[in-house]
Amino acid sequence: MIPRFSFRHGVHPPDLKALTRSAAIRRLPYPEEVILPLRQHTGKPAKAIVKPGDRVERGDTVAEADGWMSSPVHASAAGRVDAVGLWPHPDGSFAPAVRIAVEPYSPQAPRPRIVPDWKGLTREQLIEAIRKAGVVGLGGAAFPTHVKLSPPKDQAIDVLIINGCECEPYLTTDHRTMVEYPQRVHLGVRIMMQCLGVRRAVIGIERNKPDAIAALRSSLPGDIDVAVQPLTVKYPQGAEKMLIRALVGREVPSGKLPLHVGTVVQNIASVATIAEVFETGLPLIERIVTVTGRGIRRPSNLIVPVGTPLRYLLDACGGMTPDAREVVFGGPMMGVAQANLDVPLLKGTTGVVVLTESDCKAEESYPCIRCGRCLDACPVFLNPQLLGSLALAGRYDEMTANHLADCMLCGCCSYACPSNIPLPQLFQAARVAIRQRQSAA
Amino acid sequence: MEILLSALILAAVGVLFAVLIALVYRRFKVWEDPRVDAVVGLLPGTNCGACGFAGCRDLAEKLVARAAKPASCTVISDDNRADVAAYLGVEEGDVHRRTARLLCAGGSDVAPQLAGYVGLQTCRAAAAVAGGGKACPWGCLGLADCVKACTFDAMYLNEVALPVVIPERCTACGDCVRACPRDLFVILPLDHKLIVQCKSPLAGEAAEALCRVACNACGKCVLDAAPGVIQMVNGLAVVDYNLNELAGPEAMQRCPTGAIAWVENRQFVPSHNAAAEVVLT
Repeated sequence: MIPRFSFRHGVHPPDLKALTRSAAIRRLPYPEEVILPLRQHTGKPAKAIVKPGDRVERGDTVAEADGWMSSPVHASAAGRVDAVGLWPHPDGSFAPAVRIAVEPYSPQAPRPRIVPDWKGLTREQLIEAIRKAGVVGLGGAAFPTHVKLSPPKDQAIDVLIINGCECEPYLTTDHRTMVEYPQRVHLGVRIMMQCLGVRRAVIGIERNKPDAIAALRSSLPGDIDVAVQPLTVKYPQGAEKMLIRALVGREVPSGKLPLHVGTVVQNIASVATIAEVFETGLPLIERIVTVTGRGIRRPSNLIVPVGTPLRYLLDACGGMTPDAREVVFGGPMMGVAQANLDVPLLKGTTGVVVLTESDCKAEESYPCIRCGRCLDACPVFLNPQLLGSLALAGRYDEMTANHLADCMLCGCCSYACPSNIPLPQLFQAARVAIRQRQSAA
Repeated sequence: MEILLSALILAAVGVLFAVLIALVYRRFKVWEDPRVDAVVGLLPGTNCGACGFAGCRDLAEKLVARAAKPASCTVISDDNRADVAAYLGVEEGDVHRRTARLLCAGGSDVAPQLAGYVGLQTCRAAAAVAGGGKACPWGCLGLADCVKACTFDAMYLNEVALPVVIPERCTACGDCVRACPRDLFVILPLDHKLIVQCKSPLAGEAAEALCRVACNACGKCVLDAAPGVIQMVNGLAVVDYNLNELAGPEAMQRCPTGAIAWVENRQFVPSHNAAAEVVLT
């Protein structure tokens, strides 16, 4: 029996969104410094075009896209370029970044439009404007939006799917966006539909956000076919393959993309950003981020410039509690723990979760008891137990044969595991090893 | 009577196949130099690959064919090498002892830890998630993937979580080079003694903030060494081993951090650089 408006397997973690669910989005004063890594998106890193000492205004391009599968980076605050060099990156490495000393007492005044008005633009002009504005997916992976909007000519797309699930616990970025900016979401959907030439769009929202569903439903535009569909609350409902299954009943085959089944999936924050870029005329230089968890004194939903240092953000939210233990970028299921508080926020950072001592799982893991709970949890029907033991034995080729590539590292298997085996980390390490081996061969 | 018949039939079938096998053996026999087996018997049989051939048998074939010298094997004892040379009637060749060297001296005593790492205790897994909490993202993770990969017991983790290679046991097979997710091992001849034990491209205080023994690109070693021996490339002192004969311990005398070292045998023994301690105190 295949459930309607849902998918098979998955897990039910507590949603823990109450901390920030009803906190209105607010703005922070500008930090003293913003750090703009050149690699904030999937694809090739951007190329810096400024040098230390240059003065930049809000929205000025500081790094140009390097090829099609890349995205430019813009100054998120007016100031002077302090340095172009290596700086801690949220992925744990040091990566090239442009550091801007923000002008003190600057009103950060609005400036003339950089992005043209969307009305009257052709499809190509719209996509080009989106590309130049540095818009990428804001749901985490930061896939360049202009690439997503330009599917191959021979691939017919008939439905646009908007992801308003936000199935990760704690995060409320998308939720607040839908509640506070429903008009912006609908404008973004309209622009995307025009770019793709599709007639139908569906917005999928988990049922635990009734106010978001109501807000979007009450502002539905009459002239285009947009539907709002409530979905079962289950993790990972927001994974694109699960979402396509739940909303239009199509299955994306292994190794294929959503466009191969005639769909394009975009996250709600990205859709709102597309509209925002055309409304304000400024490129993607700000994003909404949830700072939450029991380890932060004042959990909030904030609009912050891209490149805000993590330390500044935590201080602005009242600082960490004494029992804070772990700071995670993204949600607790798929997010990346941060070792260095000097890292900046990226375009794709959906939230910052500060976990306390009591939130973190016990550290020891025990041998696998072959209970099979991970098999029942895996939304893509892999055998995590088998993959895990292969990974421990270093038998990477057999892991590839057992469809390791289909794993999206959602973490359902380790969530369900009674032995507390860190399966996704095993898979991730195996993937890195396989990639290294391939590049060596 | 019947039992005899079945025995006879079986015997006949046996003889038939024996003849068949004998005929096939004659017809398809591959002649192999008997010396190959003899040489394989003298080689260590570890199949480590350090000689550059696919295992000991491959090397034995090359030795017999005079395509390699007995000195190619880095694992073999001196006596056995002499035996192989005498048996084949060839020169032993020049023995270039090589060993694995770690390009990081950032033990837990000098390289600060920024965060605690509680995941899987392997370097590869730690490198896949934010690098295991050590401040320096280029440095040794200290979770001993290399020690586990070493098949010759030529490595141990010292008290500050750095792998120490024992040159007498190291065969330069390169297993540790492949095991390290941060590419910190290189195979160097034993007479390359001047080693920059750091890979951080940062310069000045930024480098020293991550590790007390980082190369901070001050350039003193470039001035102190014979001209051309050391160059500053991308915030890191790089030794040009083509000029190895000119290299001497004077290059490390003024190194403020002790990133460059003159290594006689094992690395990190005694801990770090005596010259640097003098400069610091």
